[in-house]
Amino acid sequence: MDKFRSHLLVCTGTGCVSNGAFDVKKALEMELQKHKLEQEIQVIGTGCNGFCERGPVMLVQPEGIFYQRLTVKDIPYLVEEHFLKGRPVKKLMYSPTLKEDKVPLMRDIGFFKDQILVALRNRGMIDPEVIEDYIAHDGYMALERVLTEMTPEQVITEIKNSQLRGRGGAGFPTGLKWEFCKRAQGSPKYIVCNGDEGDPGAFMDRSILEADPHCVLEGMTIGAFAIGAQEGILYVRDEYPLAIKRLRIAIKQAMEFGLLGNDILGSGFNFNVRVVRGGGAFVCGEETALMASIEGVEGRPRFRPPFPAQKGIWGKPTNINNVETWANVPAIMLRGAEWFASLGTKTSKGTKIFALVGAINNSGLVEVPMGISIERIVFDIGGGIPGDKKFKAVQIGGPSGGCIPAELKDTIIDYESLTRTGAIMGSGGLVVMDETTCMVDLARYFLEFTQSESCGKCTFCRIGTKRMLEILTRICQGDGRAEDIPLLEDLARKISESSLCGLGQTAPNPVLTTLKYFKSEYEAHIYNKKCPAHVCTKLLTFTINPAKCIGCTLCTKSCPTGAISGERKQAHVIDQVKCIQCGQCFYVCPVEAIVRE
Amino acid sequence: MGKLTIEELRKIREKAKRSTNLRDAQGKAKITVHMGTCGIASGAREVMDALLDAIDRYGIRDVLVTTSGCAGLCSHEPMATVEYHGSPPVKYAKLTPEKIERILLEHADKGHMVEEYALAIGSEKMS
Repeated sequence: MDKFRSHLLVCTGTGCVSNGAFDVKKALEMELQKHKLEQEIQVIGTGCNGFCERGPVMLVQPEGIFYQRLTVKDIPYLVEEHFLKGRPVKKLMYSPTLKEDKVPLMRDIGFFKDQILVALRNRGMIDPEVIEDYIAHDGYMALERVLTEMTPEQVITEIKNSQLRGRGGAGFPTGLKWEFCKRAQGSPKYIVCNGDEGDPGAFMDRSILEADPHCVLEGMTIGAFAIGAQEGILYVRDEYPLAIKRLRIAIKQAMEFGLLGNDILGSGFNFNVRVVRGGGAFVCGEETALMASIEGVEGRPRFRPPFPAQKGIWGKPTNINNVETWANVPAIMLRGAEWFASLGTKTSKGTKIFALVGAINNSGLVEVPMGISIERIVFDIGGGIPGDKKFKAVQIGGPSGGCIPAELKDTIIDYESLTRTGAIMGSGGLVVMDETTCMVDLARYFLEFTQSESCGKCTFCRIGTKRMLEILTRICQGDGRAEDIPLLEDLARKISESSLCGLGQTAPNPVLTTLKYFKSEYEAHIYNKKCPAHVCTKLLTFTINPAKCIGCTLCTKSCPTGAISGERKQAHVIDQVKCIQCGQCFYVCPVEAIVRE
Repeated sequence: MGKLTIEELRKIREKAKRSTNLRDAQGKAKITVHMGTCGIASGAREVMDALLDAIDRYGIRDVLVTTSGCAGLCSHEPMATVEYHGSPPVKYAKLTPEKIERILLEHADKGHMVEEYALAIGSEKMS
């Protein structure tokens, strides 16, 4: 095992796997065998590397060369050239655009350069299914230190001093939460890992669980020791089969090594964990609904207080933190609270993981220090907006969050700064939008999501969101009325004031922030019956400019309803009655003669 | 696998680190074996095998081995370049399994160049 001269770290996170990473890995192994290199070069399947946009990706160590968009077809050439003859293959390397030079080394690629990895420290470096890989990267070293050198009180003090705040969205101080649960009367006590990641387009927790399941287990074990819990539950949504599989493997290995179970590392401390699969309801990310779901009843929130720390699962003291929060814990215990608190801003310490998606060149998973600006995330790490389009806004915090317009791109990532804009930190969804996104349609989309995910317990959340959705749909269809904007604002206030849980309280945020920053778009829809971003089809008209039309008949052929007529080489006309505003003609016209308004 | 004590966990960590330190690209020296067609034809494979075998046999932990293409001096193959931390790279020529073992032990591990096998110090300038 010690003889390998090179390690090929092939990403086998869900993103790369769906692009064929397992086939690429198999082809690599076969091709290496063919050249009798299997004793020299080791292929390792890792968790998500983060650069999903370019998947399947592979890092060659020790050189640090980064290959991207690999296909099975590329492998024989790659193995022969690079691994047999030592000539790295340029055409498989990354370049920001087609015109720019290739960037061979991972550390020089803009996407990776500005990231600071704490929770994702082992991503792309270890095989998540091999416990020794985690141990070799200082895994379970923090637990070792905690069990031999520290008291539970000292652990809580350390976490308090690090000023770590919950990464699930609300940002409650983690150390304080632990202390509440430790002080609570009642036995047994429970530790829960919230892996019910539900925001559309967000995959931070999934990636951690897939790439480094042991770091979450180690974090939970440290938390259990601090609080005095002996049982832990990982609540993971059933839509994450790979995460669940790797977690179960990790639990089994940790049990065999005596790093979980009874008498951990001979310390006398016992901690057992199990995985509970969630049914995928968005509301179950809310902690009281999550506990109900674990108990086997309908996942609906209940009134707080009593807080979970006093009365949690089965009425016993329970401490719930999300996946990313747990993943930070071993790093803090190993490197110290002072180190962690040195990262970030005055009120928000450490780093935050974001799922960077939407109209962005480098979509993927990024971990950035708190205090970085939205502009730097979008342009330096994300590589900007594709196709020379204009940056319009980001939606941060998923359906509970809000949009931040391009003018506020200097806003820094920090719990308080984001809240001031009307958005929230949230769990890490970051959707980038360009000029082709209609903000009314965006608000409608997110409200459609929260409306269908509302559990129905609170009247305003159940019926109020439905009414709001109807109004937004009406505006998008060109039937908006003058009173709609004040009506939306009134409903939004009432829904957030009279809902029991975070789902209802935050559901109006996308509407409120788009109204705050893009009111003119609402007005254009309502008064002028126009969609400035040309998204809402009911508000579009397509006509042909006779001066430009060359009569090529391409539009006639593309039109699905036969709405376009005209003689060859003569100007054509669109029958507005038959036109369904699908836009096909607009895209096929070679001379831009189709006018879209 | 029985339950671990803290000492056993530390031992596993040390052992596992040896095989993954390559991944973290941490080493005091790097040996590049030139594996172009010319190198392979004149025995670079055997040199590489001997090198990896020696690293294992002596339990050397922080020397990285990598390959590159033809260095341009095909008549002097098999060749290898040793970069010892903080010193300029040294090119060795006409290598054999015995020679590479000595280079590993004296230069890559301890930092003393093996002058009698060395061809040149430094690298070509890049335009």
